[in-house]
Amino acid sequence: MSAALLSTHGLKAFYGDFQALFGIDFEVAPGEVVALIGANGAGKSTFLKSVMGVIRVAPEMVLLDGQPTGGAASHHMVAKGVGIVPEGRRLFTGMSVEDNLRVAIDHSAGGNDTWSLGRVYELFPILEEKRRDLVQSLSGGQQQMVSIGRALLNQPRVLLCDEISLGLAPKVINEIYAAIPSISAAGTAIVLVEQDVGLAKKASDRLYCMLEGKVTLTGKSADISREDISAAYFGAGHAVA
Amino acid sequence: MQWLDGFIQGILLGGLYAQYALGMALMFGVMRIVNISHGDLMILLALIGVSLSVSFGLGPFVLLLVLVPIAAAIGYVLQRGILNRVVSQDPLPSIIATFGLSIALQNAMQQIWSADTRSIPGGGIEQASWQIGTIFIGVLPVIVLIVATALTGGIDALLRFTKFGRALRASAADVEAAALTGVNPQAVYAWATALAVGILGFAAVFQGLRSTVAPSDGPAQLIYAFEAVIIGGMGSIWGAFLGSMVLGVSQAIGFRINPGFGILAGHLVFLAVLAFRPQGIFGRS
Repeated sequence: MSAALLSTHGLKAFYGDFQALFGIDFEVAPGEVVALIGANGAGKSTFLKSVMGVIRVAPEMVLLDGQPTGGAASHHMVAKGVGIVPEGRRLFTGMSVEDNLRVAIDHSAGGNDTWSLGRVYELFPILEEKRRDLVQSLSGGQQQMVSIGRALLNQPRVLLCDEISLGLAPKVINEIYAAIPSISAAGTAIVLVEQDVGLAKKASDRLYCMLEGKVTLTGKSADISREDISAAYFGAGHAVA
Repeated sequence: MQWLDGFIQGILLGGLYAQYALGMALMFGVMRIVNISHGDLMILLALIGVSLSVSFGLGPFVLLLVLVPIAAAIGYVLQRGILNRVVSQDPLPSIIATFGLSIALQNAMQQIWSADTRSIPGGGIEQASWQIGTIFIGVLPVIVLIVATALTGGIDALLRFTKFGRALRASAADVEAAALTGVNPQAVYAWATALAVGILGFAAVFQGLRSTVAPSDGPAQLIYAFEAVIIGGMGSIWGAFLGSMVLGVSQAIGFRINPGFGILAGHLVFLAVLAFRPQGIFGRS
């Protein structure tokens, strides 16, 4: 499809001799919310790391605006408009909330100024209150908000979110997921990597399910049945239930 | 009166130590890179300074203008060529690489400049002093202290308030996350090391003016810089400045107790800090 903003074609990734991804075909269009689900070890995080240049892959395996970008360094991907909320939040400890956000403002992708400090504080009002606090003093949910805000201030055209619900209380997860529609309303494409199938299905337009380094199911989130997902998620042998 | 004199001379000596320690505070305190060749680089710069001032008759202030950019260039090349390849969560590769560099530099300096002690001619400034009562205060040590204070304030402000400073602190906290936020950590580190070694250019000129330098002097300067950073608290720029003052005063007071005890007194204070406040004066526990 020519409308794809970010796509991968036969993406293969390796950790040394160990092959973690076996030919992933994936795409996301502007303004679309796509979920990527799968169990632990299915290769979801490896997929994001390959897209972001943390794991080196061949150039033509990752296309941004149709141009090969596989293997480009992480900071180049950010400059081209791909932002990421990394797994485990990965904030800059020893720095204040606002300084964490400013690092992203300092290195935002050009040609776009959708997000400002003020808009991020509007999205997550608690961050404005805590803006002078060191990030390590914040709760897990607040840290996740900083991590999302930081990625948004890179002014991404596509935002990759790696397990943003992990380790958070259900109430906090709802608060964070409530921000998704206003982010995509601004035209930003979103890729949600999740283990929580229900959450991912509800928040996304389309979804991909991964198992052991391959895509086992893909389609419109609203049309896919729970049974199909559980077969794709755990493998065919577990589907009988 | 001799204790007051010891205290004042110690503060002034601390000004010189602060210039060794500032670069160390950036590299070891912030970036967590252990650069064993820190002292040898300073001696190398001082010897280059000696040769430049002898060959071209450069005065001390012109020498600063020439030597500091040379120092920064050496730092940039050091980070790009060697240290960026060995930087990781594990400090051991950078220790081994710079330990090798330290030995190689000492041998190369012996080969080029011989083992003699040398100094940089200062045109009289090195002897000038003011007399207040019975206490003599050297003009040069006061200049050294003022320069050290200005450099400390400048580096601290750079780290706190600039794009470069935020990028450096972010890279030091989590190098991969910094890259995923758009920072190019290798470029930031190269400029930071250029800055750290550039400051050694100041230290080299003042050390060469104030006393003598010889190719084998580096390791002692390295220890003073490490001690100042640890006494002050890792990651704190003003901490390294204060640590340098503590070290200078301890040595000067120790020297007045017994001339052989001066250097040892500094080390003992350092060990006492390690024992009773291992996070340093400004460090967070």
